[in-house]
Amino acid sequence: MSTIQVDIVSAEGEIFSGTAEMAICPAIQGDVGVTPKHTPLLTKLRAGEVRVQNGGKDQETIFVTGGILEIQPNQVTVLADTAMRADDIDEAAAQEAKQRAEEAVANQQSNAEVGTAQAELAIAIARLRVLESYRKRKGAR
Amino acid sequence: MANAKEIRTQIKSIKNTQKITKAMEMVAASKMRKAQDRMAASRPYAEKMRNVIGHLADASSDFTHPYLAGGEDVKKVGIIVVATDRGLCGGLNINLFRKTLQFMQEQEKAGVEVELSVIGRKAGSFFRGVKANIVASKENLGDTPHLVDIIGAVKVMLDSFDNGDIDRLYMANNSFVNTMTQSPDVKQVLPVVPVTDEELPQHWDYLYEPAPAELLDGVLKRYVESQVYQAAVDNVACEMAARMVAMKAASDNAGNLIEDLQLVYNKARQAAITTELTEIVAGAAAV
Repeated sequence: MSTIQVDIVSAEGEIFSGTAEMAICPAIQGDVGVTPKHTPLLTKLRAGEVRVQNGGKDQETIFVTGGILEIQPNQVTVLADTAMRADDIDEAAAQEAKQRAEEAVANQQSNAEVGTAQAELAIAIARLRVLESYRKRKGAR
Repeated sequence: MANAKEIRTQIKSIKNTQKITKAMEMVAASKMRKAQDRMAASRPYAEKMRNVIGHLADASSDFTHPYLAGGEDVKKVGIIVVATDRGLCGGLNINLFRKTLQFMQEQEKAGVEVELSVIGRKAGSFFRGVKANIVASKENLGDTPHLVDIIGAVKVMLDSFDNGDIDRLYMANNSFVNTMTQSPDVKQVLPVVPVTDEELPQHWDYLYEPAPAELLDGVLKRYVESQVYQAAVDNVACEMAARMVAMKAASDNAGNLIEDLQLVYNKARQAAITTELTEIVAGAAAV
């Protein structure tokens, strides 16, 4: 089966670089599955998971908090704001972050503060969801 | 011949200086390692970003963003200069400033006005000294530059680009080649220079999600910020490397000076002893 080059980078470093049969990315208007010879696409990413698949199985699951996705027929580039491998997500820390974000949303007065707090909450929830689905898939295998 | 005591104090003061330069060399060496790690970590992002934006400029889109096109009729250009806050790092800053000044003179000869946004105290004081037109400055970034600190200086330039005050935006910075070499360079940031990828067809365009106007605005702003941020991170690594090399040279130089002075001192001391002896012998002979 033909493969496509996938590069995932964040401002803190290169997370993944390799080939895949399919990459599933959380674009802002819904998840996109990218296979070789995809039409060029440029879009924003929301918080969620990027799944790099080989042989019909997930090879890498990477959590991103948002960013930019560029697709060329032979290449996928994920420019993530921050990214980490699903294996590295610390569940306790993620729960704590979610709780903190929830409190922040409840306590904020001004609109601007509510906005940032809600964005943080969305990221915290997405992180937990990624962890959960990642574990489920791992268990099923 | 200078007397022995004078030479002794001179040797002592050089030894003290040498201690300082040695300490600075070691501090710079350890900071450089950290700065290099940071630089290596954020480089892939900046490079990929540059690639994507290069593709974007190459795409034949119906929608043209001002950051991607234009810049033919140039009346005024902006330059973002990234330099260090502190001195004692050899010719690092001055090489960059010389290159920038040369570039500015070329622009002015062509009848193009220049305005500057300076990052780093040394850049501020130098360009204020040559009476350049400075519209924004940012100082005291520290050893770990943060994006939020840089955004202000970048935004001033982006705003005047948006308003049509400047037609081109350049960035002058040092790029880190290796510990011994840092190369100063003035690069065009806006409008974006297209990258032609031979594998791509002649006419193609992206699908944009959401609409191009909104998407490109965000993407291109982030592109400029990432390039300037990378320059600032590179600059710290350059600064530390240049300082380490400069301080090593200073310490070595101090060592040579001490050696030479020590010889002079020994000679002076020996001469004093000889004179004393001759005097004693002459005195004894007289008696």
